[in-house]
Amino acid sequence: MIIKTRKEIPSSEITPEAVYRDRRKFLKSSLAVGAGGTGLLTSALNAQTGDALFARAPADINLASKPDWLVEKAAARTEAPASGPFNTDEELTPFDDVSTYNNFYEFGTGKDDPARNARDFSIEPWTVKVEGECAKPGSYSLEDILKPHTFEERVFRLRCVEAWSMVIPWVGFSLGDLLKRFEPTGDANYVQFDTLVDSEQMPAQRSRFATIDWPYQEGLRMDEAMHPLATIATGLYNDILPAQNGAPLRLVVPWKYGFKSIKSIVAIRFTKTMPNNTWRDLQASEYGFYANVNPQVSHPRWSQASERRLPTSLFMPRRIDTMMFNGYADEVASLYDGMDLRRFY
Amino acid sequence: MSFLAKPAIFLLCLAPGAYLAYAVYLAFTGGENLLGPDPAQFLSLETGEWAIRLLILSLAITPLRYLFNWPVLFRFRRMIGLFAYFYVCMHLLVFLMFLLQWQWGDIGTEIAERPFITIGFAAFIILTPLAATSLNIAQRKLGRNWKRLHRLTYAASILGALHVIWIVRSSYFDAVLYGGVVALLLGYRLLRKYSKAVQQFSLLK
Ligand code: HEM
Repeated sequence: MIIKTRKEIPSSEITPEAVYRDRRKFLKSSLAVGAGGTGLLTSALNAQTGDALFARAPADINLASKPDWLVEKAAARTEAPASGPFNTDEELTPFDDVSTYNNFYEFGTGKDDPARNARDFSIEPWTVKVEGECAKPGSYSLEDILKPHTFEERVFRLRCVEAWSMVIPWVGFSLGDLLKRFEPTGDANYVQFDTLVDSEQMPAQRSRFATIDWPYQEGLRMDEAMHPLATIATGLYNDILPAQNGAPLRLVVPWKYGFKSIKSIVAIRFTKTMPNNTWRDLQASEYGFYANVNPQVSHPRWSQASERRLPTSLFMPRRIDTMMFNGYADEVASLYDGMDLRRFY
Repeated sequence: MSFLAKPAIFLLCLAPGAYLAYAVYLAFTGGENLLGPDPAQFLSLETGEWAIRLLILSLAITPLRYLFNWPVLFRFRRMIGLFAYFYVCMHLLVFLMFLLQWQWGDIGTEIAERPFITIGFAAFIILTPLAATSLNIAQRKLGRNWKRLHRLTYAASILGALHVIWIVRSSYFDAVLYGGVVALLLGYRLLRKYSKAVQQFSLLK
């Protein structure tokens, strides 16, 4: 469902993201007209320097340091295709909201805690352990993991189980392309992921009141993981991921509730049987393994029939109907043929 | 100086509400956004937090009065209790107006099907007659029954604490804090009722 289109917004309210979107359109048209267009593009960019365009992903995003090679890869991303499930016409959620309204419980319980507590998060060095049912287990550096892949822009809806949603331009590639490199065996029916455990950098992991038994873990069935929409994100907007969004690499599974999209991954484990996932372990009656977005199955705490599209406002609220599989039913519904989605929520 | 205490406490209790009201006013007039990208949720959490804090504070007056031998505290009890009710009403209003947008059909389902909302709503229902009978004249008319009626605060604060415990997510902190303080304050009353030693105990003579 498409809500307010940009045309209806008074010009005073046009967000930097509208500019970002314009630039994306502009890029396409300028490519079409060739070299002449490039000159125009440069001047258009200059006109926005220091304000709109670059304000979105400021140079000082929350990270102790940014690896040059990763920044370059993010900048060299290919654009999202104009149509199809890897893009959407819906208005983007501004960078500021995407990076200050987060559920990342390692950094605190409040929505603004991660942005505040992740300021000096370090992603150098970063290792990902690959384990379980595969031919190439081992410890891989971030470069080993990411270097072989071409990064693309993917604009997805993100639907949180708390009944809010965003539209985010990620940078990344298909999870399946990464998993294939480890040559999963015939016994690999599932894949599990762990988030970093580092109580020095992640203050909430020091809390005595935490309900979560760290590490945060998530899992997918192998066919879900191999679906091209299942994405490893390494950036958003025009930059690499800020710490609070799951730097340096995270999952984005756009047809599932946000808690499936595990952040700051340090372990990938191929398993024969269904692995643990954190929220199901905590409260199995409320959170399932599949957690597909489904407006017909209500959560005991939140109706899932509709969602607040962020940013929303008090007096012109953007409350929209939630779509089956978050609008990706054409692509993914067949993964669940014959399954009772009320039972396997 | 002590004549300033009451207005000072009044202003302190009012301040968070006034700030939120100002933020809502700015939202209405298209001014600066102080409420974040999900304003309804933000208001719901803030009003809820202040409701339970003030409810607990009103419950703490009696124990503090005895423990610190400080009878003057009673002068503030009604005001704090009424402020608690005020924030509960704002909390409910935010829920109905901004989260559900007056979709009456959904309101019934929400209250019936979400236990934490059922509990919260029950607390609201219980607090309503207490707020309505807070004036001196009601107190005089009801006589001994006034005191009995107002013991319902205990039930309301238990329900309020349960409401918060129910929505625990990644941290037990709020649940332990609010649940624990309610348990202490009610536990003190029980002990005081049955134990002479507790009745006579005070930290300041
Ligand atoms: C009138 C009926 C009530 C309704 C419909 C209601 C509804 C809600 C809702 C929807 C939330 C947000 C939950 C979430 O999304 O995490 C909430 C949170 C909360 N409510 Fe209520 N509530 C009610 C009564 C009360 C009462 C009587 C109190 C306290 C005396 C209270 C205190 C709180 C607190 C402390 C929170 C949590 C705030 C936080 O997590 O920071 N509520 N309530």
